[in-house]
Amino acid sequence: MNDVIYILLRRLRAPLITLIVVYAASVLGLVLIPGVDDQGQPWRMDFFHAFYFVSFMGSTIGFGEVPYPFTDGQRFWTLACIYATVIAWLYSIGTLLTLLQEPAFGRLMRRRSFVTEVLRLREPFYLICGYGVTGSQVVKKLAARNIRTVVLDLKQERIDALEMDGLSIRVPRLCADASLPDVLHDAGLRHQHCIGVLALTNDDQANLAIAIASKVLVPERMVISRTESDVTTANLDSFGTNLVVDPFRSYAEYLVLTTHAPYTHLVYDWLLNPLHRHMATANKRMEGRWIICGYGRFGRALCGTFRQAGVELTLINEGSDDLIPPLHRVRGIGTEAVTLQDAGVGDAVGIVAGTFHDADNLSIIMTARALNPKLITVVRQNLGENDLVFQSSRADFVMEPGRIIANRILAQIKTPLLPVFIERMLREHDDVWAHVLLNRMSHVVGDRELDSWGIRLCQEDTPALLMRQPGQTLKLRTLMKDPRDRTCSLACLALMHRRGTEVRLLPGELCELQEGDELLFCGLSEALHQMEWTVNNYNLLQYLLTGRENSDSLLSRLLNPGGRR
Amino acid sequence: MNREKVIFAFFIVLALTLNFGFFVGDTSNPNHHNVYELYAALVISLICTVLKFGDRTHVGAMMLATSLVADLQLVAAAVIWGYAAQVGGGVDELILASVVSLSGGALMANILSVVLLVVETVMVRR
Repeated sequence: MNDVIYILLRRLRAPLITLIVVYAASVLGLVLIPGVDDQGQPWRMDFFHAFYFVSFMGSTIGFGEVPYPFTDGQRFWTLACIYATVIAWLYSIGTLLTLLQEPAFGRLMRRRSFVTEVLRLREPFYLICGYGVTGSQVVKKLAARNIRTVVLDLKQERIDALEMDGLSIRVPRLCADASLPDVLHDAGLRHQHCIGVLALTNDDQANLAIAIASKVLVPERMVISRTESDVTTANLDSFGTNLVVDPFRSYAEYLVLTTHAPYTHLVYDWLLNPLHRHMATANKRMEGRWIICGYGRFGRALCGTFRQAGVELTLINEGSDDLIPPLHRVRGIGTEAVTLQDAGVGDAVGIVAGTFHDADNLSIIMTARALNPKLITVVRQNLGENDLVFQSSRADFVMEPGRIIANRILAQIKTPLLPVFIERMLREHDDVWAHVLLNRMSHVVGDRELDSWGIRLCQEDTPALLMRQPGQTLKLRTLMKDPRDRTCSLACLALMHRRGTEVRLLPGELCELQEGDELLFCGLSEALHQMEWTVNNYNLLQYLLTGRENSDSLLSRLLNPGGRR
Repeated sequence: MNREKVIFAFFIVLALTLNFGFFVGDTSNPNHHNVYELYAALVISLICTVLKFGDRTHVGAMMLATSLVADLQLVAAAVIWGYAAQVGGGVDELILASVVSLSGGALMANILSVVLLVVETVMVRR
């Protein structure tokens, strides 16, 4: 990465040679031209004096004619030299300044400082390619957990936006094409502390290139990619990408859950979305016929998933009949009352406004609500800038691809146990079970953000938990007590306990823990900070287990020989 | 024929020949060592150094190094000469001997530089 210096030197060749030649010619001329000394004797300037004179003349300092006043011949030559040296200097300095101001040079300098910054990272970090809605959400949440990130994006505006976001930790960033291997390499793809690569650009090919580069170089490292087509999804899965998020498909799955299991849907929503929906929303009637407006990528994913779940559908779309499954279908956009009435908006239970245009989508739900106030409205938001309008649209669900991907990815990064829990819940438990769980969650966090975290009993993560005295058993209850006061409990809930392949959802408080066990908790993030004290600090753990507060120092052990240990 | 290569080779060989011209002769005989020749050798050597800037190859780096050595030796020789002539007690045999031996060192560096130039040319085989 000495490109900068090489380019600088290469471009400076011509001005430097000009300077040398002008100086050499000036000095030589002064030495050769005969002069007279103060006694009127013929005298010739030597190299030393000539160089001295040219040095101050060239820099326009001008001490006068030394050591003796010049003859007219010498003055002639000096006149030529003055102009030549000034022009040579202007030329050299001008070239240097142009070089420093050149965008290419600035880019090289930025790249260089980025590379040094990444190389100096001494903590685990995630490499994030693409800083759009998704990328910024992920970076912000990771920064809140003090996890370092490195950001690449194609557009300078987004990199500037990152600078303005005011994150609590420094994020190295570069404006470059992340699908190029050398850019990825500079961003730390082979860095020993890079623990995950997130391909979040809006170009499927670029995501594919990033994912495959990472998998080829370090196969065991986590790679998460977003995708917008089934072909790319299949391709990404084929070489073992850890998580592939298709926003349309995942939203369709999320939405279809509301139709037959509203409480399970809410549990899922609470665990994944930072701004979760209120419990009362589950009381709305969801089963019945749905209307879908627009048959783009989102509409297609919805139709497929809804049909699989056996939901009755009416489709409103413009354009040709090609590729459309046999459904009850009405032609039009859905923004006019006539079209909606044709589609039977009066007895439908919900409407999805899923076209490419935000204004159309808003218009659809406003019209539909005027016709049937009880309708459940789902609106697709295409542009992040329209946040304000959509927030005040009073739609029941706002579908924004960027946020969906961010939430899915954060769930995976927070703890890999969370997806396991959700999958088990969907497969094994009914809505009543979810309702009970939801009540417990609500009791713990109320309306605040429900955070979730995983704990693994091992030497690296939880040293205190493995340093128990003989005979002491560790129960789940101990972990959930407040280390500041053992009579209080932390605002958290144990969701899952995993030992090897044996998985138990909602483990009891008396469940005994062993080395190698994994636990999934949800609750307030303050509870996580307190729990970190318990699992890392031996004294606090002993206090929670026995109720005695010993400092366990050498002095206290000497003073208290009958005590523990 | 590459015009840039011609200029490059010209200056490198010229630096060597000028340096040799100054160096050759009786070490302490002032008549054998012309001050103008030393001046020319120094200026050409500086130009050579600048011409070698910005070459990323290994041979390029070696050539730059030899050139820098030659510059260092020639500048030292010029400074000694100038100081002796203006401030010290004039250019005597001792001073001249050290100036000439310094330029001899520069000559070695210039020879190496030419050898590297030849090596590079042979490697290209065109």
